[in-house]
Amino acid sequence: MVELVAKTPCEGLLPISVGDVSLTEDLPASLTMLTARKGRLEACSEVLKSVHGVAMPKPNRATGTQAARAIWFGRDQAMLVGVTPDSSLLNEASVVDQSDAWAVIKLEGDGAEAVLARLVPVDLRAATFKRGHTARTMLGHMTVSITRVGEQAFQIIAFRSMAKTLVHDLQRAMESVAARG
Amino acid sequence: MRVAGKGQVDRKHPVSFTFDGHTVQGFAGDTVASALLANDIKLVARSFKYHRPRGVMGAGSEEASALVTVGRGAKQDPNVRATVQEIYDGLEVRSQNRWPSLDVDLLAINDLAAPFLGAGFYYKTFMWPKAFWERVYEPIIRRSAGLGALSGEHNEDLYEKAFAFCDVLVIGAGPAGLMAALTAARAGADVLLADEDSVLGGRLNGEREEIDGIPASEWAADVVDELAAMPNVRLMPRTTVTGAYDQGTYGALERVSHHLSDASGRPLECFRRIVAKRTILCAGAIERPIAFKNNDRPGIMGAAAVRTYLHRYGVAPGRAVTVFTNNDDGHRTARDLKAAGVHVTAVLDSRKDGPDGQGYPVIRGAEVCDTGGRKALESVSYRTVSGEEKLGTDCLAVSGGWNPSVHLTCHMNGRPEWREDIQSFGPVEGMVPGMTTAGACNGTFSTLGALKEGAEKAKEAVEALGFEVGFADLPSAEDAPYNMEPLWAVAGRGRAWLDFQNDVTVKDVKQAATENFRSVEHMKRYTTQGMAPDQGKNSNMGALAVLADATGRGIPETGTTTFRPPFVPVSIAAMGAGGQGIGFAPERFTTSHEASVTDGAPMVEAGLWYRPSFYPKAGETKWRQSCDREVLMVRNAVGVCDVSTLGKIDIQGPDAGALLDFVYTNTFSTLKVGKVRYGLMLREDGMVMDDGTTARLGEEHYLMTTTTAGAGPVMRHLEYVHQCLRPDLDVSMVSATEQWAQFAVAGPKSRELLAQLVDEEIDNARFPFMGCGEITVGGVSGRLFRISFSGEHAYEIAVPARYGESLYHALVEKAAALGGGAYGMEALNVLRIEKGLITHSEVHGRTTAFDIGMERMVSPKKDCIGKTMSERPGLYGDEREQLVGLKPVGAVKQLTAGAHLYEVDAEPVRENGQGYTTSVGFSPTLESFLGLAFLRNGRARHGEQVMMVDHLRGVTARCEVCDPVFFDPDGGRMRG
Repeated sequence: MVELVAKTPCEGLLPISVGDVSLTEDLPASLTMLTARKGRLEACSEVLKSVHGVAMPKPNRATGTQAARAIWFGRDQAMLVGVTPDSSLLNEASVVDQSDAWAVIKLEGDGAEAVLARLVPVDLRAATFKRGHTARTMLGHMTVSITRVGEQAFQIIAFRSMAKTLVHDLQRAMESVAARG
Repeated sequence: MRVAGKGQVDRKHPVSFTFDGHTVQGFAGDTVASALLANDIKLVARSFKYHRPRGVMGAGSEEASALVTVGRGAKQDPNVRATVQEIYDGLEVRSQNRWPSLDVDLLAINDLAAPFLGAGFYYKTFMWPKAFWERVYEPIIRRSAGLGALSGEHNEDLYEKAFAFCDVLVIGAGPAGLMAALTAARAGADVLLADEDSVLGGRLNGEREEIDGIPASEWAADVVDELAAMPNVRLMPRTTVTGAYDQGTYGALERVSHHLSDASGRPLECFRRIVAKRTILCAGAIERPIAFKNNDRPGIMGAAAVRTYLHRYGVAPGRAVTVFTNNDDGHRTARDLKAAGVHVTAVLDSRKDGPDGQGYPVIRGAEVCDTGGRKALESVSYRTVSGEEKLGTDCLAVSGGWNPSVHLTCHMNGRPEWREDIQSFGPVEGMVPGMTTAGACNGTFSTLGALKEGAEKAKEAVEALGFEVGFADLPSAEDAPYNMEPLWAVAGRGRAWLDFQNDVTVKDVKQAATENFRSVEHMKRYTTQGMAPDQGKNSNMGALAVLADATGRGIPETGTTTFRPPFVPVSIAAMGAGGQGIGFAPERFTTSHEASVTDGAPMVEAGLWYRPSFYPKAGETKWRQSCDREVLMVRNAVGVCDVSTLGKIDIQGPDAGALLDFVYTNTFSTLKVGKVRYGLMLREDGMVMDDGTTARLGEEHYLMTTTTAGAGPVMRHLEYVHQCLRPDLDVSMVSATEQWAQFAVAGPKSRELLAQLVDEEIDNARFPFMGCGEITVGGVSGRLFRISFSGEHAYEIAVPARYGESLYHALVEKAAALGGGAYGMEALNVLRIEKGLITHSEVHGRTTAFDIGMERMVSPKKDCIGKTMSERPGLYGDEREQLVGLKPVGAVKQLTAGAHLYEVDAEPVRENGQGYTTSVGFSPTLESFLGLAFLRNGRARHGEQVMMVDHLRGVTARCEVCDPVFFDPDGGRMRG
């Protein structure tokens, strides 16, 4: 019998650290796209709360914590990060496994905002983009999901196939920020 | 020369750089311009058209004359304003637009020909013969005119782009800007203060005056210190706001490391997009020159620029300075020079009631009518009612009054308003939504006025944002009235310059008016006045006044030309930062990428993806050898190909089938669970959009595949259909393209190969042709689809992407043991051509289901997107070019894609066109070139012969028209 060996999206690319900013790969237990059935957003949220303790997030918001987090991803849609979805969700939502579809990384450090300000065209200042806020936006030329997960920590979710470009672009911005001191 | 005890440059830190190869000494804090003037170097540049000797005229970004080239080779940066470039050890500066040297410029012959080279000369002279323009005239003109040049080499410099957001953006850090920033910051607003200069303070650093009893420059430094210490303030020195755009968005260029000998990883420039809730423009004003004969000699400068060189850099631009003014500011220059011990020859005041001199002679009612000295100013001639006199002088400081810098206020199509009191155009509130103006750019020229206005406008702005502004004392400062009597151009013969950058004179503007280019916009284009980097900073008002006079209108009726972004030149490299080389687009890699590269496969781009074209084996020197081998390998044994790039869309919900029935021409709601069906999708206009297979994984669960290129557009299409056309459907779509690594396993030994890897039994009962189901591979859950794009018994096997590389290795290893291996895009293409299967080469956006022979796939039992439109007259019938196969039957055996088809005896010209080829390839299976083509009424012409003519590559081949399915037409091999 063949034994398949798993490889992470950013294997060989991360971790890196430049100046006071670090970029590491997050490896959540699973990623699941939940799309509420028509007219069932509230019901879906209730089930999600009861089985995983997180509500369906409002647009541009994320609920929960590192252990189980739901990130708004689109209309009536959320990415459930960290927990394997309970089968009771199937009654209220379509459930699609995305565990291998995305590279999940964490940018952390005092210069993290400055790094993202070189690539992301939305306002990520602490006063306007607080913990629990999220954005579907661009990072360079790539569509990504960015969530503030700490004072100076952002979780970025991007296409797995683009992991190399993702790290390249971020590393370049990190170096640029570090060079300015 | 340096003046002892003056200036803010750091005299403890000498700096040396080179100008045209000669070493020049300056101090830290000097610009190239101030260092050259300190060393009495007057001749700095040659002018655009006439190659006139030119020197430094200003002290800021408005400089029109002292343009130089910085650096060498790929790093060469042309047309840098010497007044902006800070010096550092090792800086290399060169003059430009001269040959062979700055001192001896043979092209200055143009100056002697000046009577012929006025406005419109080129238009009138080089009209004929027509063919001469491109080959003869233009190269000659381009050689003699123009400023600096690019190196033509690839620029390796690092550039950067960035985004910034703030409550209040303050543009300009002079008295108004500092006060505005301070007021807004103290109220708690998030403030961004941008200024062009390396040192904040604006004119406060260039004047001798006091604020609150201390020197103004010290007051400015104190305010900057206070701002710098506040967490809600970002100071951006060396940053020019270049343009105002919609919704509070501004472009800004930061010169990050132009002033450093070692950038240490910093970018050269950073182009920022700033979004501000409120903006306070405190851009100041630009002193205007006065046009008089020979007013462009090195040594003739702005009067305020002279004060800046004295106070900021400790440099006197001359040993005997003459002032020519129409306002009180000229006297200020004289007073300051006198106080610093510099000899002032005289103040020539054009007004009859100017103030008295304070230790220097004042000649009232005097106008400068000529100057002498070719490479440096030697004398000035002036005229009064009592006649003409001549003065020996090496520097003439000119002040014609001030023009508010209204540029940014006009960037959204607003027009400034003529203000009689200041004899200039001023801004109108609301020209740019969210922007107000304060200080000199608003026509408020006194320091006290600027401080007051800055504070007031900031208060208004932050209060509108909900901040509370406490009471603050206004500092005390000078509040002198602006006494000015307009003088635009001194009457007289000879050339008087208006636009120094483009060599436009008073005569040129008058000539334009004479030739009926009376509209200001026409005059501008006829003379080139105000164009290029200058953007009218120095020349606009003077030229308008002259045009108004020449056309007998007032200045307000004449109006201004349009101010456009950018305010200063912005390098394209800065705007496109990050886009060089691979930065141009993201790279998408499959999980098997590294393995393919290791095997020597050349990778080709498919959209953003990289896919292997073929896998060369030892001894194969041409791609065709590899391709032929791979095709035969699939036909005779088994091949493995990564097909993960094809789009996969997970569709779920009670109405999933209904959605598919609506977007596909054929029916999917009737598909059985565990089966796959080929589907064709039309655009709303009836043309084919995309094709692919869709599997039914469960009652309410489908998996659609798209082409690689169609993945994004099809997903968008489905969202559009669901959100806009069929919101009633309970269905969801999620892209699963990246989730799965998927490999085609094709060939008669494909099942034998999979049997070694898949934990379950694979047989015709469980996996018949077009069947699908769940499997496990070494305990890992996956999916298996029995579909074929090669015509062979074939499968596509999918596992979660993390296992992709591992599965690929296992597949290729097992395949090799069966006489197979990996195959690339070239072989994949030949295999599908042999089978007459289409790609986007055929469904290229202008073909219908009828054209490709699939009209029977458009179900008559239901409606679908594009169905009605595809039934329009002209979209079906004998006239249409229809998909056919082509085989060469003449002497030439080669076919090419993109060639055109003609009747055998017809002349191969456009009017006789019968169709075109879309895909060709050499089939090692059938030992012939095969082609897919669209031929008029082609399906009725099987067996006929046509000529394929490729005009571009020069290939002509006689072909036989046949069915597009060349190989195994009844499909026995893939069904078996």
